[in-house]
Amino acid sequence: MDTLSQLIAGFAVALTPYNLMWCFVGVTVGTAIGVLPGLGPALTIALLLPLTYKVDATAAFILFAGIYYGAMYGGSTTSILLNTPGESATIVTAMEGNKMARRGRAGAALATAAIGSFVAGTIGTIGLTFLAEPVVNFALRFGPAEYFSLMIVAFVTVSAVLGTSAVRGITALAIGIFLGLIGIDLQTGQPRFTFGVTELLDGLNVIVVAVGLFAVGEALHLAAQKKRPDGGEVIEVKDSVWMSREDWSRSWKPWLRGSLIGFPIGAMPAGGAEVPTFLSYFVEKRLAKKPEEFGHGAIEGVAGPEAANNASAAGVLVPMLALGLPTSATAAIMLSAFQSYGINPGPLLLQQQSALVWGLIASLYIGNIMLLVLNLPLIALWVKMLRIPEPLLYGGILVFATIGTYGISQSWIDLLLLYLMGGMGFLMRRFDFPTAPVIIGMILGPLAEQEFRRAMTISEGNLMIFVQKPLSLALLLIAVLALVGPKVWGMVRRG
Amino acid sequence: MQTRRHVLQCGFGAGVAATLGLRPQHAEAQALSSLQIFVPAAPGGGWDQTGRSIEHALRTDAIVKDFKFEHAPGAGGAVGLPKFIGTKKGQGDALMVGGMVMVGALIANKSPVKMTDLTPVARLTGEFLVVVVPEASPHKTMQDLAAAFKAAPGKVSWAGGSAGGSDHILAGMMARAMGADPKAVSYVAYSGGGPAQAALLGNQVTAGISGWGEFSEQIKAGKLRALAISADKRQDGIDVPTLKEQGVDVELFNWRSVFGAPGIKPEQQKALVDVMERMVKGPAWQAELKKKDWTGIYLPGAEFGKFLGEEITRITGILKDLGLAT
Repeated sequence: MDTLSQLIAGFAVALTPYNLMWCFVGVTVGTAIGVLPGLGPALTIALLLPLTYKVDATAAFILFAGIYYGAMYGGSTTSILLNTPGESATIVTAMEGNKMARRGRAGAALATAAIGSFVAGTIGTIGLTFLAEPVVNFALRFGPAEYFSLMIVAFVTVSAVLGTSAVRGITALAIGIFLGLIGIDLQTGQPRFTFGVTELLDGLNVIVVAVGLFAVGEALHLAAQKKRPDGGEVIEVKDSVWMSREDWSRSWKPWLRGSLIGFPIGAMPAGGAEVPTFLSYFVEKRLAKKPEEFGHGAIEGVAGPEAANNASAAGVLVPMLALGLPTSATAAIMLSAFQSYGINPGPLLLQQQSALVWGLIASLYIGNIMLLVLNLPLIALWVKMLRIPEPLLYGGILVFATIGTYGISQSWIDLLLLYLMGGMGFLMRRFDFPTAPVIIGMILGPLAEQEFRRAMTISEGNLMIFVQKPLSLALLLIAVLALVGPKVWGMVRRG
Repeated sequence: MQTRRHVLQCGFGAGVAATLGLRPQHAEAQALSSLQIFVPAAPGGGWDQTGRSIEHALRTDAIVKDFKFEHAPGAGGAVGLPKFIGTKKGQGDALMVGGMVMVGALIANKSPVKMTDLTPVARLTGEFLVVVVPEASPHKTMQDLAAAFKAAPGKVSWAGGSAGGSDHILAGMMARAMGADPKAVSYVAYSGGGPAQAALLGNQVTAGISGWGEFSEQIKAGKLRALAISADKRQDGIDVPTLKEQGVDVELFNWRSVFGAPGIKPEQQKALVDVMERMVKGPAWQAELKKKDWTGIYLPGAEFGKFLGEEITRITGILKDLGLAT
């Protein structure tokens, strides 16, 4: 059977009323947990694992996939409205998305995020359907040396969020890298900077740090301002709630570029969802017609990263379904669910369980449509939330962030961390330091470090490994080009 | 979150103990009607699955009806253990899942609490490890790999789970058995079997070590070649020789077990051991073992306690050799 007829057979499985119901439940639950900071798709699916004793495999996986895709949609909503990222993959969305919301353009930001997610999710799913084999073979060529070089490329993206002062930006980046070092070192098993606190052994949760820096810091900053209008300021919703003609024309290219960046990186075993969102943001800022709008709410900065994050979600499923490789926490939990059914996921999964796998893939197409239908009408409702006067809104955000953080591990250490980061976020705003580089450093720093040390172990300490491997060399050249290319080009043009 | 988890479980019929473990202590003579299962790891991992399988088996065979789950993830159990000891002391219906990984984690993190503070209840399952090479590797047997390792230890890179974990411990034991310094092992730590598999499939490393279950499907599909298993003897249906057969005198099981709270009375310990004994002999547990591909290596109460003491000594020694403990 060729791919197309198998896909059609998959739709026959996914379109039964019973499985449609599970898909709907999944995307709804997924959207809800995406909105909550802290509770991610991996934990939610893990909590639902006992369900595998009750329902059949196809229904369970359709549910899990729905949760996974739904969480990617939901995560952007709070990022945009409240500057409170629900998932680490939507941290970038908060940067421009929340600025748009503050300018009264929340509707457009939410719409470009939802439609971009739909476009990218569909492109990613098409990629999963037809390109799984070549993509996974390409992704496996990435070893430690290649990943390290990819992280170098990603570090270049920091230049897009440095703000006015490079010194301040790089200071923020260094703080982030330091925060990322806390915890047990994977290569030696030794604790670093934990000061005997067992809760720090697994490192800091990037969501807690992001919510503290962005949301709590902002709330404190607002509270500290002298000017206190009676009843508080209300963000006016300007223009229409919907996307304007200009928004559409500025969004469609970032959607496509974001998908193209997100899907292959998501398919890489160590790719993840965060790196493609950084890269997409950088690319959009460089290509934008009005780069000066970045930092003040540029729609491209929402459209691109949102697309990248959803396409990477589809990418993560490629090694999982093609090779049985769990490359993310969510994929690992889904694979352990396969085992509950006595199915051993591996390279033969597609052949042995083709009805299940194709049913799952078909349900991803359906789930994407459901998510769009579910999310677009909600936009008008979400936007109304911004009519709440600012002091009350930010008070609510503090409550929301606190509950969400406590929900991650029921540990007061995380709450302490949230408010410490909030204090730091306040000081950074007060003294004009950008906060985004902290998060970028915290995510990329440990990744780059681990890959560097893995590469050094394999090469017995020979640094040449980074230039001897062609893919690694190519990535390093891209990094150099992205950093100095525009300046050189400018000098050449000026003659 | 605890409440939300309860709602989820109630909603899907997985159940929740209404008693919340506050049972009168004089009830120890009669059989246990409820258990609090404490998992010192995140939901979804091996320990959580062990806990869920215990729940499923006890429920199916009608041995225990009510369950309450609690998770305290982090650092191979080093975060959960002090919490279990602190909150459950003297409670006869508390059961903590743990295993070999915790032994190493506590040593490496210089934990102030010890596993020997707990009341041993039962060793339940074990998973032997497997040494693999990529399909395209020139090494066809364990002897080939051992020869390459002896000739130039640094040139042979080994992928596996986190440093100090069971995979790393086996690498150290093998190096010692092959007459090399365990510190010379070029060990490349990954956060789990999945990323380590990717490194092997992409020919990034020479060899890999992981639990049999993690690699078995890739082995069956011919993408990875199994050179040796760490079991004591050949396993049914698995055509892979043991390390011992091939001249590497090492045996290692990644075992999983359950413990009672510290400070419980001998009768309470006996009640827990009895529950496990009945479960292990029942059909539901045997079915779970088969489904999850676990080897049943049941060892009750005091015998398990003795085994635990020996394992702690053995693992401390190998971690010292690897330079991870002092």
